[in-house]
Amino acid sequence: MSGGTLSWSSFTARFPWWAGSVTTVAILGAFTIYSIFIVFFQPVGEYGGYLLSPMYSPPVPSPIDWLSPAIFVLWIPLGFRLTCYYYRKAYYRAFLWDPPNCSSKAQQREPRSPENYSGERNLWVFNNVHRYFLYGSIIVVAFLLYETIRAFFPDGFGITIGSLLFLLNVVLLSGYTFGCHSMRHLAGGRVDCYSCVRGGNLRRKSFQWVSVLNGRHMFWAWVSLFSVWGADVYVRLLMAGVITDLRLV
Amino acid sequence: MSEQDAQQKDMASKAHADVHQDESDAAQGTTRLKIFRGDAEGGSEVEYEIPNIEGMVVLDAVLYIQAHQAGDLAVRWNCKAAHCGSCSAEINGKPKLLCKTRVEEYEGQEIRVHPMRAFPVIKDLVSDVKWNYEVARSTIPFQSDEQAPFIMYEEDVERLYEPKKCIECFMCQDVCHVLRTHHKHPEFAGPRFFVRNQWLEMHPKDTQSRLEYLKEGQGGIGYCNITKCCTEVCPVNIKITDNSIIPLKERVADEYYDPAKWLMRKIRGRRSPKTGAVVGRNGNRNGG
Ligand code: SF4
Ligand code: SF4
Ligand code: FES
Ligand code: FES
Repeated sequence: MSGGTLSWSSFTARFPWWAGSVTTVAILGAFTIYSIFIVFFQPVGEYGGYLLSPMYSPPVPSPIDWLSPAIFVLWIPLGFRLTCYYYRKAYYRAFLWDPPNCSSKAQQREPRSPENYSGERNLWVFNNVHRYFLYGSIIVVAFLLYETIRAFFPDGFGITIGSLLFLLNVVLLSGYTFGCHSMRHLAGGRVDCYSCVRGGNLRRKSFQWVSVLNGRHMFWAWVSLFSVWGADVYVRLLMAGVITDLRLV
Repeated sequence: MSEQDAQQKDMASKAHADVHQDESDAAQGTTRLKIFRGDAEGGSEVEYEIPNIEGMVVLDAVLYIQAHQAGDLAVRWNCKAAHCGSCSAEINGKPKLLCKTRVEEYEGQEIRVHPMRAFPVIKDLVSDVKWNYEVARSTIPFQSDEQAPFIMYEEDVERLYEPKKCIECFMCQDVCHVLRTHHKHPEFAGPRFFVRNQWLEMHPKDTQSRLEYLKEGQGGIGYCNITKCCTEVCPVNIKITDNSIIPLKERVADEYYDPAKWLMRKIRGRRSPKTGAVVGRNGNRNGG
């Protein structure tokens, strides 16, 4: 066991067993409330004609005044996260306490009785649609890439804090999206014999690339959540005139 | 030197011999362990005190107690090298290999040693893991159209090395809440056997499908909610959830939960789960 692992476990051992759950609930809860607020109360999320908040991309015109165009888009990335294998682990543990963590003591606090526990067999079986959210999210990431390019053209080419923030966001979101377990399966995980199928070597290589990202899926899941959130807050602060988008080049 | 000190020194030197330490690493103080003593009927923790020896693992401590203080203390072990998977038990409520866990990891903490709780206790630290062998028997075995020995390519078998590392310690089974808390033993194979099924399913020469077993049969993979406790405890660092369970869940989704896949099967016919070739025509597994 490496020293790093030891010190991380001794670091986490300092916290009570419920600390992880409380943190996850706080962050995911706050993000959900924020998203609901965007969808129902914030019809505009664009600044200066070049920074479109990632929560509004691709821009779909809303037929109803008070309804934010984000509602037509946001369900894809939110559904993607809701059905993501990593977030599933996070909310089954933190929100449902199924189990809250792995210690014997924590497992004794599991609220469901054996008769009521069905894992992902009943209600949560819908999480199997995850791959369809992946397909949708790939399209969303493509639009975000387009929006990022636009962010580098405030009036002619230019680099601003906003454009760099958008660039960071699209990189982190790609790391999250292309490291998805369903992507891994699609890329080559479902092939058993690479030397037997056409394009097998490419399938194997793609599987390996996705696996590299997938190995840090939890990391990508969190940092991309914060980058989307951060980019939207940034655009909102610009819109409110609280800050200006500092131009570097 | 008091009588007690002399006694302690004597104990320490005996323990030395047990853990093959240099005479120069003299014992420093003592460690207390609470060990479950009992059987299927019940039991309780009994406290023991043993001399500290640098580098001592919990199995050394237990064997010291067995040799010097409680000759009838039951513990299962074989290799003392983290290879055979016999010495699994729970230390402070977490499954551990007794032979791989150093006493000094618990400095300043209580050490409470119990048998694995997801299985019936036989005596003291020994639990009855035979249920696992029943699950092993229910697993659809390897079967191929070809005669062994096979010619296989590295690129086709590299994913099989990881599941092959399993030492069958059953600690992942012990920590899994589906078994431990919800007692789904009759309808859930558990993480160790998902590892096994992943190996079989991904084997380039195997021709069987285990998806029905996994979803409808005794596999019960739907009970797993991918909360990763199994991965946390695996002593050989198999990424059980990411590399075995989720890939199997994705395959189950292909077969049972994906309308596009279902439609394709209707239009193009069922494809071989191994190679993507249409099954039934010449039984050709090597097609594209
Ligand atoms: S990930 Fe699944 S198999 Fe592993 S411990 Fe959790 S519920 Fe059990
Ligand atoms: S998968 Fe790991 S924890 Fe489970 S039985 Fe095998 S070695 Fe032990
Ligand atoms: S598994 Fe997390 S995005 Fe697909
Ligand atoms: S005695 Fe063999 S693994 Fe511990």
